[in-house]
Amino acid sequence: MLQQIIDRRLAGKNKSIGNRERFLRRYKEQIRKAVRRAVDGRGIRDLERGEEIRIPKKDLNEPSFHHGTGGQREMVHPGNQEYVAGDHIQRPQGGGAGGSGKGQASDSGQGEDDFTFALSKEEFMQVFFEDLALPHLVRTQLTEVPEYKTHRAGFSSDGTPNNLHVVRSMRGALGRRIALGGESRRELHQLEDRLATLQAVWPEASAAQADELRAEMAAVEARIAELRVHLAKVPFLDPIDLRFRSRVKTPVPSAKAVMFCVMDVSGSMDQARKDLSKRFFILLYMFLTRHYEKIELVFIRHHTQAQEVSEDDFFHAKETGGTVVSSALELMHKIISERYDTAQWNIYGAQASDGDNWHHDSGRCRELLAAKILPACRYFAYVQVAAEEQNLWDEYTKLAASVPQFAMKKATSADQIYPVFRELFKKEGAPA
Amino acid sequence: MTASAHPLPGPSDWTFELIEQYHDVIATTARRFELDTYPNQLEIITAEQMMDAYASVGMPVNYRHWSFGKEFIATEKNYRRGHMGLAYEIVINSNPCISYLMEENTLAMQALVIAHAAYGHNSFFKGNYLFRMWTDASAIIDYLVYARNYIAECEQRHGIDKVEEFLDSCHALQHYGVDRYRRPSKKPLSEELRLRREREEYAQRQVNDLWRTLPKKAEEAADSPQAVRRFPEEPEENLLYFIEKHAPLLEPWQREIVRIVRKTAQYFYPQRQTQVMNEGWATFWHHRLLNTMYDDGWLTDGVMMEWLKSHTNVVYQPKVTDRGYSGLNPYALGFAMYTDLQRICERPTDEDREWFPNLVGQPWLRVLHEAMHNYKDESFIGQYLSPKLMRDFRLFAIQDDSTQKDLVVSAIHDESGYRKLREALSRQYDLGQREPNIQVWNVNLRGDRSLTLRHTQHNRRPLDDSAQEVLKHAARLWGFGVHLESVDAQGSVAKRWAVPAPSA
Repeated sequence: MLQQIIDRRLAGKNKSIGNRERFLRRYKEQIRKAVRRAVDGRGIRDLERGEEIRIPKKDLNEPSFHHGTGGQREMVHPGNQEYVAGDHIQRPQGGGAGGSGKGQASDSGQGEDDFTFALSKEEFMQVFFEDLALPHLVRTQLTEVPEYKTHRAGFSSDGTPNNLHVVRSMRGALGRRIALGGESRRELHQLEDRLATLQAVWPEASAAQADELRAEMAAVEARIAELRVHLAKVPFLDPIDLRFRSRVKTPVPSAKAVMFCVMDVSGSMDQARKDLSKRFFILLYMFLTRHYEKIELVFIRHHTQAQEVSEDDFFHAKETGGTVVSSALELMHKIISERYDTAQWNIYGAQASDGDNWHHDSGRCRELLAAKILPACRYFAYVQVAAEEQNLWDEYTKLAASVPQFAMKKATSADQIYPVFRELFKKEGAPA
Repeated sequence: MTASAHPLPGPSDWTFELIEQYHDVIATTARRFELDTYPNQLEIITAEQMMDAYASVGMPVNYRHWSFGKEFIATEKNYRRGHMGLAYEIVINSNPCISYLMEENTLAMQALVIAHAAYGHNSFFKGNYLFRMWTDASAIIDYLVYARNYIAECEQRHGIDKVEEFLDSCHALQHYGVDRYRRPSKKPLSEELRLRREREEYAQRQVNDLWRTLPKKAEEAADSPQAVRRFPEEPEENLLYFIEKHAPLLEPWQREIVRIVRKTAQYFYPQRQTQVMNEGWATFWHHRLLNTMYDDGWLTDGVMMEWLKSHTNVVYQPKVTDRGYSGLNPYALGFAMYTDLQRICERPTDEDREWFPNLVGQPWLRVLHEAMHNYKDESFIGQYLSPKLMRDFRLFAIQDDSTQKDLVVSAIHDESGYRKLREALSRQYDLGQREPNIQVWNVNLRGDRSLTLRHTQHNRRPLDDSAQEVLKHAARLWGFGVHLESVDAQGSVAKRWAVPAPSA
C-alpha cells in the first residue's frame, strides 16, 4: 500500500540549525575562550576562518538516574569458548570492560576525550564581534560584502536584450550560416557551373546528344532548386548566435592602502595589552578591507629602537627594553617615503602603547607626527591600552585638537575596543 | 505466483520509477505473508537530512533543544570523517508510516530499506500490542508539530534560556514520565488543544487546593489523622506526571512543557521495550521478502548480492572477546529468533518437541504473527528463546556480585543452563530492572514542602553519582527541596541525597 513517494531533498535543509544555535548558545563560554585563543594564535589577515572547539565530555552530559557499580547483577553474553557453569573469572581491572556490560562501558568511556566540533566562519566572526561588544547593526555593516561596481568583461551567450551586441551576434550568425550551408553551397556552385556549361554546349549538340543534355539539365535544375530550398532553411539569425555584453561585479573601490601597525613592546606591554592592541589592529584591518581591495600591512615594533618585523614577531617576540616612541615614528616616516608614494597609496596608521615613554621623547613624537607623518596619512589613530595619563598622552592631546585626521582614545579591556574603535573612526575626515 | 520472466532492472542508481516498481513487487509479496501495515509514504532525503532526523530522535519534527544540536554535531562529525555509515533507514510510527530513503543508497539498498522499514517495522507498529496500547500513529506528527510550536512560543514569551533550563530538567526525568500500567487515552489534536486550557485552569486550582488550608490546620490539629495523612497516599512512579499535577509553583506554560516531554517519552516507551523484537521482525521480513522475490525471478543476482552483503553486516554478532563487542546485537538476536521459530514449526527436533510442544507442526506464519502481536522483548525471550539458539550464540551468563572477589559463570548453553540462561536474558531486557526503581514517596505538606523520592534497591544495586545532579533538576521542577532515599532489601535507608530549594 504505497501512498506516495516524496522527494524531500530540496525541502527542509539545515533543519538542525536551530538546535545547533541553541547548542552554541549553551557553550558560549567555551566557544568564547576558543575564539580568544584563536585570535591570539592567528594572523590579522586570516581571522575569518572557522575554529575547532573542544568541550570536555562531562560538561555535555545530561544526567539521569542510573545504576551505579556494585550490588549483584547477571549479564548474558555471546561467544562462550571455554567456560562451564561455576567457573570463576577474575574481575576485569579498571571499571570493568568486557564482563560488566553496557551501562558501565559508556560511563567509563565518557570524560575520557573531549567533544570537538568546528565553528563556521560566520559563527566565528559572530563570537569575535560579540566579544568586542559590537552593536548588531554595525556588525552587519562590518562583515557584509562591500558594494560592487559592475564593468564590462567580454561577451557571453546569455543576457538581457539591452545588452545585446548586434555586431557580434551578426558575425556569429554569418559564421554559422557559412558552416551549415557550406556543403550545399559548394555543390550548388558546381551544379550552376555545370548548368552553364550544358547551356553553352546544348545549341551545338546533335539531336541524340540534345536529348541526353536536356535530361541532364532537368536533373541539375531540379537539384539546384532543392539545394536552394535547403539553403533558405538555414536561419538567418538563430538564438545561439546572440552575444551579449557581459558585465561582472568587482568590489569598489579598488584603490591601494597601507596600514601601519605601530606597537610599543617595552617591558610594561604584557600579553594582555598586546592582545588588546591586536584586537584593535584586527578591527582596523577588517574595516579597511571593506574599502580597499588591496591592503598592505607594515608592522613596526619598538622599545628604545624601532624595527620593521613580521606579524608573528610583532605580537610574539619577547625582546624588550626601555621606550623611545619617536624611533618608531621616524621609521614609519622613512618607510613611507621609500615605499609608499602618497599619491598612490592611502596611508593609515594605528599606534598602540601603554603611554609610558621616555619623557624627553614625547614632545618629539608630537612634532614628528605633526610635521611629517600626519600630512601623509589619511588617518592616524592612537590607542592607549592603559589608564594612566603620562606625557605622551598629554602631548598627543595637543595634536588631537587641531589635526582632523588624528584621533586618540583609551581602551583597557576587550569590550572597550570596539566602542573606542568606533569613536575613533566616526570623526570627521575619517572614511565613513 | 509463477516465476517472472523478466527480473526488475537492477542498475545501481535508483529512479523514482524503479522505486515504484520495486515497491509494487515488495508490497504484493508482503501481502502473501499477511503483513498488515499503515499506508506507506516513502521520502527521499539527503545524508544531511538523515542526520537531522537522527538528531531529533528520529522524528520528522521536534521542538528545539541544545541536546539535539549536540547529537547532530556529533553525528555529522563522525559521518564526515567516515567513522560511521549512517543507518540505512529511519521509519516513523505514524499513519501514514513515513520511511526515509537516503539519496546516496543504491537501488538494491532502497529495496532493502523498503522491505525492512515500510513492511517490517510498519507492520510491527501496527500490530504489536504495546504500540497499539501506547501510541497513536495517526496523531503523533500533529502532536509534535503542536509541541514544537508551543515551545517556540514559550521561548518567545519567556526567553530561550528559561525554556531551555526547564527542558533540561524535564529531560533529566523523562524516563520517569511514563505510566507503566495505565495507558494513555487517544485524543485527536483538536481535543488536546481544547483540553489544554481547561487543564491549565484545573491544575492550578488543584494545586492551590492542595496547599491552601494546610499551615493553619496543621497547628490546630497536629495529631489528628488528617494531619498525618501521606501525600501521595500511594507511591507514584510517574515523576513527571506527579510534578505536572502537583508542583506548587509551576506556571501553566511550565506544566504544559512537562506534559509535552512526558507525552513524548510515552511515545517512545514501547520502542525501548521491543528493540529485539522490532528490529528482528524487520530484518526477518526484508530477508524473507527479498528472497521470495528472487525465487519468483524478480531480482537479478547483482541486486541480490548487494543487499545480502548489508544484511550480513546487520546481523553480525561479535563475540564477547572481540574488540568491537558492545552487548548482544538486537538485529542478530531478533532475526535469529524469528528464523528459529519458523524452523521449530516446520522442522522440529526432539528437543523442540520437548520445549515447544505447542509450536511444533503449527503453521509458522501464524505463530510468528502471534509472537509479534503479543509480546515485548522480555516476554518474547522468556517464551521463545530455544536451546538451539543459545548454543548457536554460545550464550553464557556471568554473575557479578560486588561482595565476591571473582565473577562467576552462572550458566552456559548446556542442559542444566538453558532455563537459567533464558531467564537471565529475559530479565536483562526488562526495563523495570534496567532502570533504577524510583518513586515519589512523600511530600512534606505541613513544613518546607519538600519532596521525597525513594529508590528501592534491586539486588543491592546502588544509584550512581549522577543522582545528585538529577535531583537538582527535580528541585527546579518541584520548586522546593528534594530528598532521595535509597532503600535496601531490608527496608532501611542505605543512602540519602538532598538538594535545597532552588533560589528564586
